[in-house]
Amino acid sequence: MIYAILRRFGQMLFVMFGISVIVFLIFFATPGADPAARIAGRNASPEVLDAVRHSFGFDRPLYVQYVKMMEKIFVTGDLTSFVNRGWKVVPAVMDSIPVTLSLVFGAAILWVVVSIVIGIVAAATRDSWLDKLLMALGLLGISMPVYWLGEVMNLITQSRYHDSWAFSWVPPLGYKNLSDDPKGWFLTLVIPWITLAILYIGIYGRVLRAAIIESLQEDYIRTARAKGLSETRILLRHALRTSLIAFVTLFGLDFGALVGGSALLTEVVFGLHGIGKLTYDALQNLDLPMIMATVMYASMFVVVANAVVDFVYILLDPRLRTS
Amino acid sequence: MILSVRDLSVSFRTNDGLVRAIDGVSFDLEESEILGVVGESGSGKTVSLLAVMGLITDPNATIEGSIRYKGRELVGLPPRELRRLRGNEIAMIFQDPMTALTPVYTIGWQIAEQIRAHRNISKAKALERVEELLAEVNFPNPHEAMSRYPHQLSGGMRQRAVIAMALSCNPALLVADEPTTALDVTVQAGILDLVRKLRATHKSAVVFITHDMGVVSELADRVMVMYAGRVVERGSRMELFSDPRHPYTRALLGSIPPLTGEKPCRLPAIPGSPPSLLRLPQGCAFGPRCPAHYEPCVTGKPDLGSGTHAVACFRVAQA
Repeated sequence: MIYAILRRFGQMLFVMFGISVIVFLIFFATPGADPAARIAGRNASPEVLDAVRHSFGFDRPLYVQYVKMMEKIFVTGDLTSFVNRGWKVVPAVMDSIPVTLSLVFGAAILWVVVSIVIGIVAAATRDSWLDKLLMALGLLGISMPVYWLGEVMNLITQSRYHDSWAFSWVPPLGYKNLSDDPKGWFLTLVIPWITLAILYIGIYGRVLRAAIIESLQEDYIRTARAKGLSETRILLRHALRTSLIAFVTLFGLDFGALVGGSALLTEVVFGLHGIGKLTYDALQNLDLPMIMATVMYASMFVVVANAVVDFVYILLDPRLRTS
Repeated sequence: MILSVRDLSVSFRTNDGLVRAIDGVSFDLEESEILGVVGESGSGKTVSLLAVMGLITDPNATIEGSIRYKGRELVGLPPRELRRLRGNEIAMIFQDPMTALTPVYTIGWQIAEQIRAHRNISKAKALERVEELLAEVNFPNPHEAMSRYPHQLSGGMRQRAVIAMALSCNPALLVADEPTTALDVTVQAGILDLVRKLRATHKSAVVFITHDMGVVSELADRVMVMYAGRVVERGSRMELFSDPRHPYTRALLGSIPPLTGEKPCRLPAIPGSPPSLLRLPQGCAFGPRCPAHYEPCVTGKPDLGSGTHAVACFRVAQA
């Protein structure tokens, strides 16, 4: 078991190394582009340009440039973005992480719990009006673009009905630190959580319903019926348990991507300065050091999320455990 | 009398019309008796026993007739009551042991689950009982086997685990749906021995579905041959094997290679294939494939008749 974990960890490092090399090559070794000019920003003086060229090693071979870049991100942490007037990149990323994590974790809890309930209820009552209603609502949730939904949510909770009893508790947009103001943290995030979760509730509810209905056709369900178990027990202990595998796969991919910055639209709509927003701004300014750092961060989360999924698989499915 | 089935019919509504999977099946089962049910795929063997178990969950199915278990009518019994019988008094062994167990739980857990569904005992007590049961079905190391997952066991071992599970509540009636079909021959012999031994120790009556005449001749006290959803011949093992009367039964027995005497260069096969249940021929369903068919076979369906050795054939009735 320890060996398996170590091996998986080694694989993770290898994948992240590969990603860092590819991203580095795309942004710093594209023929015809001068990375020093990009990093120094528009209208930079020749002195600044020279300083950048020297500090990033652009006058030296490619592998030295790569090592210098990684050193600036991971060891000294003093990667500087000239486009944004000397911002330190690493602290900027560190500041955005708790925002994105708060948003995505909360939404993930919400979507997992609600979609499991919806999936079970829909599968248990399949082909009834309740099932059809839930699946139609799920489809609706999937079809609503998150930026539109977020704006509508804002319109309702921040302006139109803000003074009514239902939404007067909603604080203004922005993020509050969990450690400073736990209540404020929670209240500001409720609407973003719901907005982000709705899409995934739709997808996951439908996926889980389909997986449960499929496993209800299996021979072992007939065995469970022949044992005289109750329908509830058959559904929860036998059909649901074996259906969670597809669910977990999907969850690992989506969660990793969201934490890595895919929650951008939600972050922008609700004025949350998370990783997605940071990456988006960096791409707009072609802020190469910032792009490099955020992509490394994102890939780390995707890779870690996938490793966690692999371990959950092993817990869920004994067939994957090798002796 | 443990089980008495009268005029049982099961039909399914499909897009192509009503399919009568079984049509007027009747049989009785005495205590600790083994009844062999023989027939080709699609002859209604499995459906008739799923009906007995109350396991036909298809909303398009209609079940008519009467199934009495120890005098109690099972057709139309509320699901709750039926569930109390299932796994407790009537247990079932399935065809494919590879898929019959839930892959994510240990076999000990799965057997204990059934015991605790019907008996009010602690988990520890249930697991003790599981160990006894596994020992009874000849697991070499029952304590260790309890913590095994289905995929860690061979097919024969899994089938033993399924049998242990079926026996866990001392059922009065055991329904076995081709339990040896998916196993290789040596393992089959072990399973047949086990069924025979368990009949002796547990006094359970057994309905044994198979398409293997050899298995029937070894195991069954009485035999019922089915074709296209109807019983075509019924009798004791001796009667059926020494004096097969229905042309279909004869053809089935004729297709077994003889162990002694001159070997035929080709085994006789039954011409044609079983009819689609959607387009059953007029009259006797076996008629088009029957070497002995004549006019009455086309106009009417032969009745099974009564008596211990009963045959549904106009030729036999006439003779």
